[in-house]
Amino acid sequence: MEDMLFYDRIQFAFTISFHYLFPILTMGLSLIIVYFKWKYLRTKAEKYNHIAKFWMKIFGINFAIGVVTGIPMEFQFGTNWAKFSELTGGVIGQTLAMEGVLSFFLESSFIGIFLFGEKLVGQKIHFLSAVLVFLGTWLSGLFIIATNAWMQHPVGYSIHENGQFVLDSFSELFTNPWLIPAFLHNQSGALVTASFVVTAVGAFYLLSNQHREYGQIFVKTGVIFGLISSILVAFPTGDWNAKNVVKYQPVTFAAMEGVFETKPTDGEIVILGQPNMETMSLDNKIAVPGVLSFLTYKNFDTEIKGLNEFDRKDWPTNVPGLYYAYHIMVGLGTIFIGIFFIAIILLWRKKLYQTKWVLWSLLLLSPFSYVTNITGWYVAELGRQPWLVYGLLPTHAGGSPTVSSGNTLFTLLGFVGLYFLLGLLFLILVGKIIYKGPELQK
Amino acid sequence: MELFWYIALISMLVIYVILDGYDFGAGIIYLFLAKDEKDKKSILNAIGPFWDANEVWIIAGGGVLFFTFPKLYAAAFSGFYLPLIMILWLLIFRAIGIELRSQIDHKMWHGIWDKSFGIASLLLALFFGIALGNIVRGVNLGGVVDGVSSYEPHYFFLPLWNPSFSPHSETLGVIDWFTLLLGVIGVISLTIHGATWIILKTNSQLNQRLKRLIFRLSILLLALSLFALLMWHTIVPNAFGNFIQHPILWIFPAFTAAGIAGLFRIQSFKNDRTGFLFSTLYLVGGLTSSVLAMFPKLLPSTNNVNPALTIQNTSAGQYGLSVGVTWFVIGVILIITYLVFQHRIFSGKLDDIGYSDEH
Ligand code: HDD
Ligand code: HEM
Ligand code: HEM
Repeated sequence: MEDMLFYDRIQFAFTISFHYLFPILTMGLSLIIVYFKWKYLRTKAEKYNHIAKFWMKIFGINFAIGVVTGIPMEFQFGTNWAKFSELTGGVIGQTLAMEGVLSFFLESSFIGIFLFGEKLVGQKIHFLSAVLVFLGTWLSGLFIIATNAWMQHPVGYSIHENGQFVLDSFSELFTNPWLIPAFLHNQSGALVTASFVVTAVGAFYLLSNQHREYGQIFVKTGVIFGLISSILVAFPTGDWNAKNVVKYQPVTFAAMEGVFETKPTDGEIVILGQPNMETMSLDNKIAVPGVLSFLTYKNFDTEIKGLNEFDRKDWPTNVPGLYYAYHIMVGLGTIFIGIFFIAIILLWRKKLYQTKWVLWSLLLLSPFSYVTNITGWYVAELGRQPWLVYGLLPTHAGGSPTVSSGNTLFTLLGFVGLYFLLGLLFLILVGKIIYKGPELQK
Repeated sequence: MELFWYIALISMLVIYVILDGYDFGAGIIYLFLAKDEKDKKSILNAIGPFWDANEVWIIAGGGVLFFTFPKLYAAAFSGFYLPLIMILWLLIFRAIGIELRSQIDHKMWHGIWDKSFGIASLLLALFFGIALGNIVRGVNLGGVVDGVSSYEPHYFFLPLWNPSFSPHSETLGVIDWFTLLLGVIGVISLTIHGATWIILKTNSQLNQRLKRLIFRLSILLLALSLFALLMWHTIVPNAFGNFIQHPILWIFPAFTAAGIAGLFRIQSFKNDRTGFLFSTLYLVGGLTSSVLAMFPKLLPSTNNVNPALTIQNTSAGQYGLSVGVTWFVIGVILIITYLVFQHRIFSGKLDDIGYSDEH
C-alpha cells in the first residue's frame, strides 16, 4: 500500500525542498532590502541605493524561480494527493486560497513596480512597494505555515460521515497553538539565510579585494542581522517549537532525540550518535546529561518518554532520518550563533574586516544555512509520518486513486531534469551579478 | 453559497484568460512575427510588468477551487494528471523565457529564451483550448467499462490520447479531434487577443501588419467557432438545453458574436482600445457561454452509471464556504486597487520602459 505512493512522496519532497530554497531568500532578503532602501531615504547616500538595487536584481531572479517552482506545489495537492485534497480541502483549501488571494496578488503586483518602476514612481512609492513586497512574502509564509500547522495539529474541524473534514471554526485555524511558534521560527530561519548570503557576498569582496566599501557594509549589516536572527531561531522560537512537539507529538520527539527507552529524571542531550534500528539504541553516543529535559520541560525532574512506550505502528516511519535532520539543524544552529558572535565581537573591536579566517568561515558556512532550513522541514514532515493529518488521516490513504506510479515516476524525472536546469541558471545569473558588483550600471 | 463561489470561480477563470491570454498571444506573435530586436523589445515591454500578476489568477483560482469544490479539484487534477503537469512545465518555460532573456546580452542566449517563451506560449494556448474541450465534452467518471465502475464514482483518468482520436469512443483521451479543434480556436483567439494588446500598448512597427492579421484570423475564427458549435451539438446530448430554457442567457453568446463582428472592422478603429475591447468580448462570451451551457454541472459524465460532478455534489462544508466570503470580498477589493495602481503606473505605450533591457 505505502509503496504505491513511493514516487508521489519523493516527488513532493523533491519539489517542495527545491521550491523552498527560493522563498527562504525572498522572505529574508526582502526585509534587508527594505532596510537598505530606508537607509538610503534617510541618509541620501547614493551607495545605499546602489546596494538596494544590487540586491533587488538578485531578488528578482530568486523570486522568478520561486514563483515557477511554487505553482507546481499548488497543483500537486490535487494531482498526486487527490484523496487527501478531497477530504481536507474544506479546511486547508481555505488557507491556501487565502494565500493566493491575499498575498500572491500583493507580491506580484508590487514586484513589477519594485523592480522596474523606480523611475516612474519616485523614491517614496518605490520604498512603499519594497515594504509591500516584504509584507506579501511574509503573509505567504503565514498562510502556508497555517496550512502545515493544521496538518501537524488539526483544530477547529469535525469529520463528516463520509470521512470529509469540515471546518467548524475559522478563528481556530489562526489561533492554532502550532502556528505562531512555527511561523516565527521559520521566518527567523529565513532571516538567518538572508543574513548569511549578504555577509558571504561581502566576505567574498573583502577576501578577493574588490568593491571593498560595499564588502564592508555587507559584512557589517549581515552579521548584525545574522546574530539577532540566529539567536531568535534557537531561543525562544526553536525551544517553543520543541515544546509543542513534546506536547502534541510525543512519539515524534522521542524519535528526533533518538530516545529509545524512557529515561528517568535527568534526560541528556545527545550531540553525536547513530540510531541503530536493529538493536534499538544509539551507537557511538556522546551526550551531555540534564540538558534535554531542561530545554523542553524547563525543570530537571520530568521523565522523557522513549519510543518503547509507544506502539510501533505509531512511530515515525523514518526514525534515523528524523534524528539526523533534527541534529543537523540544531548542531548547525549552534555553530551559527557561535560564528556570528565572534564576528560581532571583532566588528566591535574593528578587526573583523581583516580577520581572514572569520570571513572565510562566514563565506563557507552560508550554504549550510540553506541546509538547516531544509532539514528543519524534514524534521517537521518526517515527524508527522505516518500521518498526513496528524492522528487522523494516514499517509497511505491520501494518494490519487487513478494516477499510476509509472506516471508519477515520469513526472518526477521531468521535474528533476527541469529543476536541475533552473538551479544551474540561477547560479550562473546570480554569480554574474555578484561578480559585476554593486555599481553594475557603470 | 455554492452559487456565489461558482460565479466567483468562473469570474476568476475568465479574468485569467483575458489577462494571461494576451501574454500567450503576445508570445505567439513574438514567435512568428517579431523579426528584429526592436519588435521583440516592444512586445516584451508590453507584457513585462504584467504577466506575473496575470498568472496569479490561475494560481489563486486553483486555490479557490481547492477550497470551495474540493471533490472536483481532487478528481479533475488527478484525472488530467499528465496534461496538467505538462502545463506546469510549459508555464515554467514561458516564465523563464521572459525573465531570463534580458539577463545576458548574447545572441545565442537570446535565441534560446525567445524560443522558450514563444513555443511555450503557443502550446499553452493550445492546451488551454483542449482543456476547455475536455470539460465540455465530459469524461468517463468512475472509469466505467461495460457498465461497471473501476474507481469511486467521481474519479477518472485520461491518457493523453486514444488511438482513434474520437470524442465518441468509450476510452477517451485528452486529445481527440473535437478537443483539438477547441485547442486551435484557443490559439487563434488568443493570437488575436495578444495582437490587440500589443497594438494598445506599443507603437511598434508591427502594428499595421497585426491589424491585417487580426482581420484574416477573425474570418478563420468565425468559421471554426461555428463548426465547433455544430460538432458540440453532436457530441453532447441536449447541449443547448439551458439556453432554450432561459433565453436571457443568449446575451452571452451575443457577446461572442459582437466580439467577432467588431474585430472585422479592426482596420478602421481610431482608438487602440477598441480592438482590445472586442477581442476581450469574444473571449468573455465564448467562455461564459460554454460553462453556462453545462450549469449546474462542472464536469459532465460520458456514461450513464455515474452522475456528473456538479456544484452541489462537490462542494465543501457550508460554514467554511460562508466564512470565506468575508476575506474573499476584502481580497477582491484589494486586488482591484493593486490592478488600478499598477495600470496607472504602467499606462500608455510602453515601447521603451526598459523592461527588456539588460538589467
Ligand atoms: C536557519 C534555520 C534553522 C535553525 C538554525 C534552527 N531551525 Fe528549527 N526549523 C527550521 C529552521 C531552523 C525551519 C526550516 O524553519 C522549520 C521547519 C518547520 C518550521 O516551522 O521551521 C524548523 C523546525 C523545527 C522543529 C520542528 C517542529 C515540527 O516538528 O514541526 C523544531 C522542534 C525546531 N525547529 C527546533 C529548533 C531548535 C531547538 C533549534 C536550535 C538551535 C533550531 N530549531 C534551529
Ligand atoms: C505548507 C507547507 C507544506 C505542506 C502543506 C506539506 C505537505 C506535505 C504532503 C502532502 C506530503 C506528502 C505526504 C507525506 O509523505 O507526508 C509531504 C511530504 C513531505 N514534505 Fe511537506 N509540506 C509542506 C512543506 C514542506 C517543506 C517546506 C518541506 C521541505 C523543505 C517539506 C518536506 C517534505 C518531505 C521531505 C516530505 C516527504 C516525507 C515522507 O514522505 O516521508 N514539506 N508534505
Ligand atoms: C506545499 C506548500 C506550498 C505551496 C502550495 C506553495 C505555493 C506557492 C506558489 C504558487 C508560489 C508562487 C506565487 C506567485 O506567483 O507570486 C509560491 C511562492 C512563494 N512561496 Fe510557496 N508554496 C509552498 C510552500 C512554501 C513554504 C513552506 C513557504 C515558506 C514558509 C513558502 C513561501 C513562499 C513565498 C514567500 C513565495 C513568494 C515568492 C518566492 O519567493 O518565490 N512556500 N508558493
